[in-house]
Amino acid sequence: MKVDRRSFLAFILGGAAGTALSPLPWKITDDIAIWSQNWPWIPVPPKGEISQVSSACTLCPGGCGISVKKVDERVIKIEGLAGHPVNDGGLCPLGNSGTQLLYGPERIRTPLKKVNGRWQQISWQDAITELAAHLRQLRANGSAQAVGWLAGSDRGTVPELFNRFLTVYGSPNFWRTPSIWDSYELALYLTQGTRSRAGFDLENADFVLSFGSGLIEGWGSPGYMFRAKSMFRKAGGRMDQIEPRLSKTAAKSDHWISVNPGTEGALAYGLAHVIIKERLYNQDFVNAYSSGLPERYQQVIDGFPPEIVSKITGISAGTILTLARDFAAARKPLAICGQGQGHVPGSLQAFLAVHTLNALVGNINRPGGVWAVPEPDYIDWPELEIDAVAAEGLQKPRIDGAGTYRYPNARYLLHRLPEVINASAESPLKVLFVNDANPVYSLQDTAAVKKAFEKIPLVVSFSSYLDETSAQADMLLPNHMYLERYQDVPAAPGFPKPIISLSQPAVEPQYNTRHVGDVVIQLAKELGHTIGAAFAWDDYNSCLEETLGDRWDGLIEDGFWVNADYSGTQWADAFETDSARFEFTNKDIRTLAAYEPIKPEGDEAAYPLLLVPYDSMRLASGYVGSPPFMIKALEDTILKGNDVLVEINPDTARQLGLSEGRLANLATPRGSARVKVRLTQGIMPGLVALPRGLGYSGDNKFLDGKGVNYNRLSSPVDDPASGYNAAWGIRAKLS
Amino acid sequence: MKNGNFKKFGMVIDLDKCTGCGACMVACYAENNIPFREDDTDKMLSVSWMHVYRLNNGKPFPDYEECFLPRPCQHCEGHHGHSPCVSVCPATATDYNMATGIVSQIYPRCFGCRYCMGACPYHVRQFNWWDPIWPDGMEKMLNPNVSVRMRGVVEKCSFCVQRYQLAMDQAYMEGRQEIEEDDYQTACTETCPAGAITFGDLNNPEHAVHQLAQPDPAHEGRPKNPKAFRLLERLGTNPKIYYLSRREWVRRAGDNYLKGEFQNKAHS
Repeated sequence: MKVDRRSFLAFILGGAAGTALSPLPWKITDDIAIWSQNWPWIPVPPKGEISQVSSACTLCPGGCGISVKKVDERVIKIEGLAGHPVNDGGLCPLGNSGTQLLYGPERIRTPLKKVNGRWQQISWQDAITELAAHLRQLRANGSAQAVGWLAGSDRGTVPELFNRFLTVYGSPNFWRTPSIWDSYELALYLTQGTRSRAGFDLENADFVLSFGSGLIEGWGSPGYMFRAKSMFRKAGGRMDQIEPRLSKTAAKSDHWISVNPGTEGALAYGLAHVIIKERLYNQDFVNAYSSGLPERYQQVIDGFPPEIVSKITGISAGTILTLARDFAAARKPLAICGQGQGHVPGSLQAFLAVHTLNALVGNINRPGGVWAVPEPDYIDWPELEIDAVAAEGLQKPRIDGAGTYRYPNARYLLHRLPEVINASAESPLKVLFVNDANPVYSLQDTAAVKKAFEKIPLVVSFSSYLDETSAQADMLLPNHMYLERYQDVPAAPGFPKPIISLSQPAVEPQYNTRHVGDVVIQLAKELGHTIGAAFAWDDYNSCLEETLGDRWDGLIEDGFWVNADYSGTQWADAFETDSARFEFTNKDIRTLAAYEPIKPEGDEAAYPLLLVPYDSMRLASGYVGSPPFMIKALEDTILKGNDVLVEINPDTARQLGLSEGRLANLATPRGSARVKVRLTQGIMPGLVALPRGLGYSGDNKFLDGKGVNYNRLSSPVDDPASGYNAAWGIRAKLS
Repeated sequence: MKNGNFKKFGMVIDLDKCTGCGACMVACYAENNIPFREDDTDKMLSVSWMHVYRLNNGKPFPDYEECFLPRPCQHCEGHHGHSPCVSVCPATATDYNMATGIVSQIYPRCFGCRYCMGACPYHVRQFNWWDPIWPDGMEKMLNPNVSVRMRGVVEKCSFCVQRYQLAMDQAYMEGRQEIEEDDYQTACTETCPAGAITFGDLNNPEHAVHQLAQPDPAHEGRPKNPKAFRLLERLGTNPKIYYLSRREWVRRAGDNYLKGEFQNKAHS
C-alpha cells in the first residue's frame, strides 16, 4: 500500500478524532490524577478505639481543664473540658496545639550531658550519681547556698519538692518566673495583711477598667478571662481599656483611652483624687473597714489633681473627671492592672493606686470585685530536720538581694540575677536547676543573661525541648511532657475561687524521660542523711496521691476540685493588718519610694521613639515556644516570611520617611534587628510595637529564626518601691 | 427522611464576643488534619478552613476601631441548592446536601481545576499546591475520621461533617431517629474560649442558632434579628453563617458597599 500525503493526513486526523471521541484520553487523565495523588508518603491514619482522658493543661499557668481525645494509644486532639470551672469547654490556640508538642521531633529523648561542648547520652542513674557527688562536694565546702532552683511557679507539689530540697540542703535561692502576680501579692499583703492571691470575680462586674491588662490576650487565666468577659459583656457590662496601643482588648472595649506609656499609675491616682475630692467613695467601707485614707490622700493622692495628671498621661482633664465619676457610679466596678499578659511585675506604687481605686469603691471581696483568695493549703508534709550545714546556708542572704534591706518586700528578683553574676569575678551561683522556665529567652537583655549563664558552672535543665536555656545547660534531664505525667495544678491566676486541677497521663512516655518529681526524690535519696530523710516517698506519684488525700479519687474522676461556694471573706474578718482593717497606708507603705512613672532605658536624643512589646494569643510566650499550628494561624500583619512587622502610626512613619511594608532597622541601647514596617492608626504616634513570642533560636524550622525576640532588644528597670522589674519598654530608633 | 424534615445546619458568630484569638483556626487544623508548612505566612497559599479577618472603621487615631471576623465556609444554599461553587464544578466533586445543608467536598473526585475557587465570593476554598508533610512522628496526631488530602485538590470547611456522621451512627446504635443539638457541634464551636460561635439546625426553632439569627424563610433566610447580618448578602448566595454585631460599621462592612450609599437611606 502506498502512503501518500492525503492518506497520511487522513490517518492522523482520523486517529486524533477517534481518540478524542473515545474515553481513552479522559480515562488516562483521570488515572494520572489518581495515581499522582496517591503517593505512599501520604499517611493514612489508622482507625481504632476512641477514648478520652480528663486532665489539666500546664502549658501556661492558666489551669484550664482539658479533654484529651485518643484513638487507641494515639492522642489525636485536645479539647477544653466541658464543666471545668475555669474554662468550661473553651481552649486557647496553645492548648489546642498541645499534640504537636507531644509528637514534635524537637523533644529531648534521653538524658544528656555536655562534654567539651557536645551532647552525650548518659543514663539516668549516672546523671543522678554525678549530680549528687557534685552537690555533696559543695555542701562539704560550706557553699550550700550556691545552689539555686528556678521554677515556672511556686505552687503545687512539684515546686514544693524543689523548695523542700533546697531548704533541707541549705539554700535560700529559689525563684519562680516573674510576673504581675509578684506585684499583686505584694499589694494585697501591704494593704490587707494576707499572703493571698488576687482573684477577680469578672463575670459579675459591671464596669471593668483595665490599666493596660490584656484581658483577652492572656492576662490571668485566659480560659477564665475569655469566658468571664463574654458573660459580663452579655449582661451589659462596660469595659474601658487604658493603653497606648489598640490591643485586641482595646478593640473589644467600649472606650479605648490612649495613655502615655508607663503613666497608668498616675491616671489611677488621678481617678482616686476625683473620687475622694467629690466624696464618691463607698462610705461604708472606707469609714468602717479601712484606715489611713486621709493620710494617704494628703501624702500622695493630693499631688494628682486632674490638671497635673492630664499633663503626665496625655488624657484630657474632662475625660479623667468623667471616667472617675462613671467608675464610682457603677454598681460593681472593677479596676485591674498589669501590662498585656503580665510578664513584667511592674510598678508597685501603680498597683497600689489601682488597688486603692478598688478599695475606694468598696469592691474588695464583694461580687464583681477583687478577692484575696487564700493560697492552697493541701500540702502538709512532715517537718524537716535541718542540719548545721543547712542552717548555715539558709542564713546567707539571697543571691538576688530579695528580702534584704534594699528590697525588703520582694520575694524573688530573678531579673537581677544576671547583673549580680556578671558583676562578680566568680559566679556566686554554682548550680542552677531550671524547670518549666526558659530564662535565656524570656529574661530581658538576652546578651547579659547568656553571659551570666555561661558563668554558672553547672546548669541543669528539666525541659522536654532543646530551648535557649537547655542549649546553654550542662545537663539535660528531660521531664515527661504534660500529656505523659501526673501533676497537681493548684490555682489559676486571677480565678476567684480556690481550685485544684490534676494533670493525668493520656499516653505512656514516648521517650526515655523521667518525671522531675521522681528525679528530685531520687537525688535526695542519693544524697542521704537529713536530705534523704526529708523525701520518704517511694516516688512522685505516691507523694502526690498521699498529699491530695481524700481529694485524690475525685480529682482522678473529674479532673478538678473547686470550692464553688467561696465568695470572698467578709470585710469584718478579711484583713490581717495591725488595725484589722484595709490600710490605705501603714508603716510599710509609708517607707516605699514614692510613685514616679518608670523611665525606660535610653537617651531621648539618640533614641527618639519608644519600643513597647505586645502580647498575642496566637504566640506562646511562656516556657514553651509556639507549636507549628500557632505559627500557621499567626496573622500576616505580624509575621511575613521570616520578618516580624512592627506597628507604627502613619504620622510617625511620615516623619521617619518610612512606608508600609518597608524593611527597617530597629535599634535600642541593647541591640538592633531587621523588621518590616506596618502602619496602623491603632497606635499612639512616637511608639513602635513589637510582639512578644518570636525570635527563638535553635533548629526547630517551624519556629526558630522567625522574627525578633523583644527581650533581646530591651532591658529590665528596677521598680524603686519593690525592686521588681518594672520596664514597660525601651527607647528606640527606626531607620 | 421525610420531606419537609430537612435540616439546615448553620452557624451564628457573635462578633461582639469574638476576641480574634484564633483558637477556632487551630482547633480546625487539629480536627481536620490540615497540613502546615515551614513558612505559612503567604495566606494566599496557606490552607486554613477557618480564617479570622481583621476589619477596621477606617478612622484615624484615636477614633480607630477594629473588629475580628472568623470566616468558615458559608455553606451557601443559593436558590434551591445552587451554591456558587457547586454550580461550576465539572467533576461533581462538590455538592449541596439538601438533607443537611452542608456543601461537601469529595477529594478523590476533585482534579484541581479550581473553578470553584474562582466562583466562591468568600475565598473559603484553598488549593493544595504541595503534598502534605508531617514531621517525623507527628503523623501520630492525625484524625482517622478525616481523610488526608493530597497535592492537586481543593479543600474547604466541611462543618466537621465527620462529627455529624459519628453522631448519626451513635443515634442509630441507640435506636434514636434524631440527634440532639449537643450531639453534633463543630470543633471551632466547641473550642471558642469566648463562646462566640453557636452551631445548630437553622430550621429547628428550638436550636440556639435559629433563635439568634431568626432566619426569614420568605426571604431566603435573611436574618430578622436587626443585629444579625450575612456576608455579601446582596449577591444572593444565601449563606448559612450569620454574624451578630452591635456596631453599625461592622454590619455594613459585611456587605461591600459604595461610598455614600447609605447616606440617603434609612437602612438597606
